[in-house]
Amino acid sequence: MSPPLDTIRFNETPEGVDLGLRVAGPVPRGLAFLLDAVVRGALYLALTLLMAFAGVGLGLMLLGFFLLEWFYPVLFEITKGATPGKSAMGLAVVHDDGTPVGLSASMIRNLLRVLDFMPVLYGVGLVSCLVDRDFRRLGDLAAGTLVVHRERRRPVAAIPQIASRPPPPGLDLATQQAILSFVERGPRLSTARRVELAEILTADTGHRGPAAVDQVTGWASWLARGQG
Amino acid sequence: MRQQPFESENQAEWDDYRALISRLDTSGKGGDGPDPVALDAFPRLFRRLSSHYALARRRGYSPGLTEELHDLVRRGHGHLYRRRTRPLAAALGFMAYDFPRTLRRHAALFWLAAALLFLPMLAMGLQAYQDAEIILSLMDADQVAEIEALYDPDNRKPGRAQERQADTDFAMFGFYILNNVGIGFRNFAGGLMFGLGSAFVLLFNGLHIGAAAGHLTQLDYGSTFWPFVSGHGPYELTAIAISGASGLLLGKALLAPGNRTRLVALRRNALDAVRLVGGAGLMLLLAAVVEAFWSAGPAPAVVKYAVGVAGWILVALYLTLAGRGRPRMEAESDDGD
Repeated sequence: MSPPLDTIRFNETPEGVDLGLRVAGPVPRGLAFLLDAVVRGALYLALTLLMAFAGVGLGLMLLGFFLLEWFYPVLFEITKGATPGKSAMGLAVVHDDGTPVGLSASMIRNLLRVLDFMPVLYGVGLVSCLVDRDFRRLGDLAAGTLVVHRERRRPVAAIPQIASRPPPPGLDLATQQAILSFVERGPRLSTARRVELAEILTADTGHRGPAAVDQVTGWASWLARGQG
Repeated sequence: MRQQPFESENQAEWDDYRALISRLDTSGKGGDGPDPVALDAFPRLFRRLSSHYALARRRGYSPGLTEELHDLVRRGHGHLYRRRTRPLAAALGFMAYDFPRTLRRHAALFWLAAALLFLPMLAMGLQAYQDAEIILSLMDADQVAEIEALYDPDNRKPGRAQERQADTDFAMFGFYILNNVGIGFRNFAGGLMFGLGSAFVLLFNGLHIGAAAGHLTQLDYGSTFWPFVSGHGPYELTAIAISGASGLLLGKALLAPGNRTRLVALRRNALDAVRLVGGAGLMLLLAAVVEAFWSAGPAPAVVKYAVGVAGWILVALYLTLAGRGRPRMEAESDDGD
């Protein structure tokens, strides 16, 4: 397989298979930060209500401020894998081998956030993100963590049980995959688009219109389950 | 083998695996978790799925199937190789063994950080004691007046500003936590600027504390200042030095990475550094308890001094002796500093 041109980072497991992690860039992370800022702001406001109980209330409020400032991300990352903002953006924090983030790595990346935040609004973190191949800010580099997209898999259609038709001989693997992929993703496309795509694949055989779709579906059936 | 027979041959195993994974995903979140017998089969199933995924890719099965197997393997990988976060109960073990041992491994950096904190403190203290003006080279007149007001012997509660006289001890506790533990954490983070941030925090705090102490003693406010600070001083000052050492440890990885790349050295040192700053944070927590509930209390000065001396002895004994004679933990690095 040729090396990917996108931001998928492959990581080999001890079982010898490559797991792909889709690392998240600065934009979704920035949006997640804004969402978290809203959640935190609301919590700060709620805490100031404690002022009503002078003394103990004030102490509790200050303790709450401390926890919010330093441990808000740590708490969510080690229990849920991501802060509410990141969850909403479909992001998660993982070790660079793809396992869920643990306490010490989470502490490192979040205590170093102070530095990434400098001089204003993640200036240092942004530069680090853009320089690094895996969009890691300084805290991520030191902790060995990645921010990845949670995979949202859409179920694919089963290859329909129709009469197989032999595909043209000598198709390379990429073309075979394209044929299978076309059939699996078919239900998500409009009829016109399906015809358009199928006609590209059947250009040599001269099938046009819905006949082209049937032709390609027949090939896919052949590829998946053989003759018959 | 064609895709269809491959699928129907292994479908049963995939279903078992999928059921197990969903149980694992929900366990601890209200779900009842997988039963132990099924769990025993998990590593074997995971290896089977891994090889099925590899086969699917190798044989060029449909992208949909390959993706699905990849997804199943990825979800299982997270569960099988999850690094256990040690529960809160282990915090005790951390303070009893890990923290002092880690600190002793980086003793040289600790002494460097302590020197950066205490030497300027001592020098500035002596200067400020002899020269009432020199404190003004560090802070402006308003700040000096504020510090003087804190330790005015007429205060009911020494160490607290006029507007804070009415605050309860608990409110002050919250205030000290927010302030002091924050300083400790920033001290750690500053180390990533090649250690300069930590060195600055140490010097800055050393000079300020020294100046305040010298100035107040020279004003004859020593009778309120020294008993106030003696109680929590041992924990707070040591913890600031330790958090400084944790920052210097990060800086060292960048300045002198040794036989590793800077990134690898940084990762390795960060693991130890976060232990140091964690321990320092807990020490600052103790300091905040003492400062809020004891230091401003009514006990006579001589008792407070005695508690202070006991504190220094306790800290020294703890950091030098705790965690000795226990087998090495695997996470420890082979080479000290």
